[in-house]
Amino acid sequence: MTRTVTDVICPFCGTLCDDLEVVVSDDEKDLLEVYNACAIGAEKFLHSQAKDRITRPRMRQEDGSWKEISYDEAIEYTARMLTDAKKPLMYGWSSTNCEAQAVGSEIGEIVGAIMDNTATVCHGTSLIAVQDIGIPSCTLGEVKNRADRILFWGCNPAHAHPRHMSRYSIFPRGFFTGKGHTGRKVIVVDPRPTDTASLADVHLQVEQGRDYELLDALRVAFKGEKLPDFVAGIPKEKIYEAAETLKSGRFAIIFFGMGVTQSLGKNHNIDEAIAVTRDLNEYTKAAIMPMRGHYNVTGSGQVWGWLFGFPYAVDLSRGFARYNPGETTANDLLRRDEVDAVFVLGSDPGAHFPFSSVKKIYDRPSVAIDPHETPTTEVCKVHVPVAFVGVEVGGCAYRMDNVPIETRKVVEPPEGMMTDEEFLGRVLARVKEIKGV
Amino acid sequence: METVTLTIKNQPDLYLEADNITPDAFAGKKADEIANLHVYVGREQHRLGDFFEVSGNAGATPEETKIVVNGDLSRVKYIGMKMTGGEVVANGNADMYVGAWMQGGKITVNGNVDAFAGTGMKDGELVINGNAGNYLGAAYRGDWRGMQGGKITVKGNAGSDLGTFMNGGEIIVGGDVDVHVATHAEGGKIVIKGNAKSRLGGQMVEGEIYVLGNIDVMMPGFAYREDVDIEMDGIKGRFALYEGDLGERHRKRKGQPIYAKLYQQIGA
Repeated sequence: MTRTVTDVICPFCGTLCDDLEVVVSDDEKDLLEVYNACAIGAEKFLHSQAKDRITRPRMRQEDGSWKEISYDEAIEYTARMLTDAKKPLMYGWSSTNCEAQAVGSEIGEIVGAIMDNTATVCHGTSLIAVQDIGIPSCTLGEVKNRADRILFWGCNPAHAHPRHMSRYSIFPRGFFTGKGHTGRKVIVVDPRPTDTASLADVHLQVEQGRDYELLDALRVAFKGEKLPDFVAGIPKEKIYEAAETLKSGRFAIIFFGMGVTQSLGKNHNIDEAIAVTRDLNEYTKAAIMPMRGHYNVTGSGQVWGWLFGFPYAVDLSRGFARYNPGETTANDLLRRDEVDAVFVLGSDPGAHFPFSSVKKIYDRPSVAIDPHETPTTEVCKVHVPVAFVGVEVGGCAYRMDNVPIETRKVVEPPEGMMTDEEFLGRVLARVKEIKGV
Repeated sequence: METVTLTIKNQPDLYLEADNITPDAFAGKKADEIANLHVYVGREQHRLGDFFEVSGNAGATPEETKIVVNGDLSRVKYIGMKMTGGEVVANGNADMYVGAWMQGGKITVNGNVDAFAGTGMKDGELVINGNAGNYLGAAYRGDWRGMQGGKITVKGNAGSDLGTFMNGGEIIVGGDVDVHVATHAEGGKIVIKGNAKSRLGGQMVEGEIYVLGNIDVMMPGFAYREDVDIEMDGIKGRFALYEGDLGERHRKRKGQPIYAKLYQQIGA
């Protein structure tokens, strides 16, 4: 016999879908089928069932091979590494629950670490812009029920957030949006003809790296001022037309992604996009939202926000929180040799950081906490496998619109496997012993 | 004026946070007391004397104190931070935050400086005889008050985000600059003697930018007004005047909006 668990939360992307159905075996040890999820989400659940999964911590040997060690030995290595270092980097935190993030933050405070999360190579620049000029935002529920002007800027949800368009942004029929996609106008700004762009009413094919200029041009157009004939490779008539489309809506929403946060200008692009949103509110209702990637990167910003006052790149080395992206961000620290130990949890910098940074992780004492084998575990000295959050253990996660959602446990983890929170709790206790606090 | 000379003898294994290298911290102290001032490497506190050879005594006040720092300072942060008077001369490349939040006195760097030099500067003079990094004379993260007064002179090039949120003072760059100049500025003056790339005066409210070389891409929010003759501080010639950022908010005087001004040299 099998059992179907309903209303399961998907721990993959920031859309945090909450309508999955998962079929499990009667003894709740095996996960058999996943319904309603996108291909990536379903794979995340099914991958936890892999027969070749690593279930015990491992330490890299001199000859490059792995040797299995006990959780106790892994805890001792991690606690010693963090207390011996003058300035350890504790990076990741986006693919775990808020409970684990809070315990990790306590460790970071005691050892004087630099805490950074994946926003550093993602939407951290958006957070800089929000601090500079604020943000008029909303929830995804409001988008579904009210928005009739949808602008995707430098993002491609068709591939990165596969169910975003059907659940919230283009297709759903909401309270005031009964006509579904036929009642909405969709604008996509992207230098490439993406699959998302193919669904749009208007595709503005902006010249690479000229987003800031195009956003500024929209603001000039709103005010009815004169524009040059072409801005960012787009004729001025199309810009005036797009400005009019946005102004004429009842509720406009701007979604943006890596195409603007990590291209030339970074935070300035978002700063200007927020200014566009603010200007639009002179004519109609408008909001703007970052398309957050990892399912709980938003949560790590929330946890550090309430604990330290900053959402990422928090330097605790002097005993108080400092924050300055460009100095206290993971890649700058690694490439400038500013840190002497690296702890990674719930992220894969080995796959996403520049090679020059990854090499610095390899050169230092390092620990990776991750259920999977990843490029990061390949360059670290110790790999600690843990239970999958949202599959084998529950916990709080924040959706991209800052709505907290409690994830659910659907199956048991492999026998004797620790969760992120349990492992961090044991490291915290050992760090306290060593430091005598 | 009394002179204190610091010569670096041990390089830190990480970076040195030396926010005590200022005339304010040194004033009224003898060489051995100065050597006992604290510096940080990561979470560890050390003595300034662990890394520098200290000779000479400081004057009674910051104004009567001159500090000369010798050697490779490329791993030393915060030189001259928050100083109110006196003089600092750094003979070598310095790391981040040189003269950040300085309120008076003079800093001369005979070398390059890394990012965040002159952050939130209020007054005084900062002279960099090499190149400057990003965020020169910009605001600290989240602060809407960037450089408010004083003067920064760079002989070489400057990086991106020059004078962000600037609302007073003057920055003169002898060479080229990277993207984003005077973003969000509400005052002050920036002179670029070399070439600029793009995004000059984006979201700029008030203030002046002078460019003697080329501009790769002009902001769409800047509109050409007229040609003008300019003669000031050794700059002389015919300039095209642009006003903007038209997309940004502007205060009005006698019903007319006041825009930021961008002058680009077009002739001798």
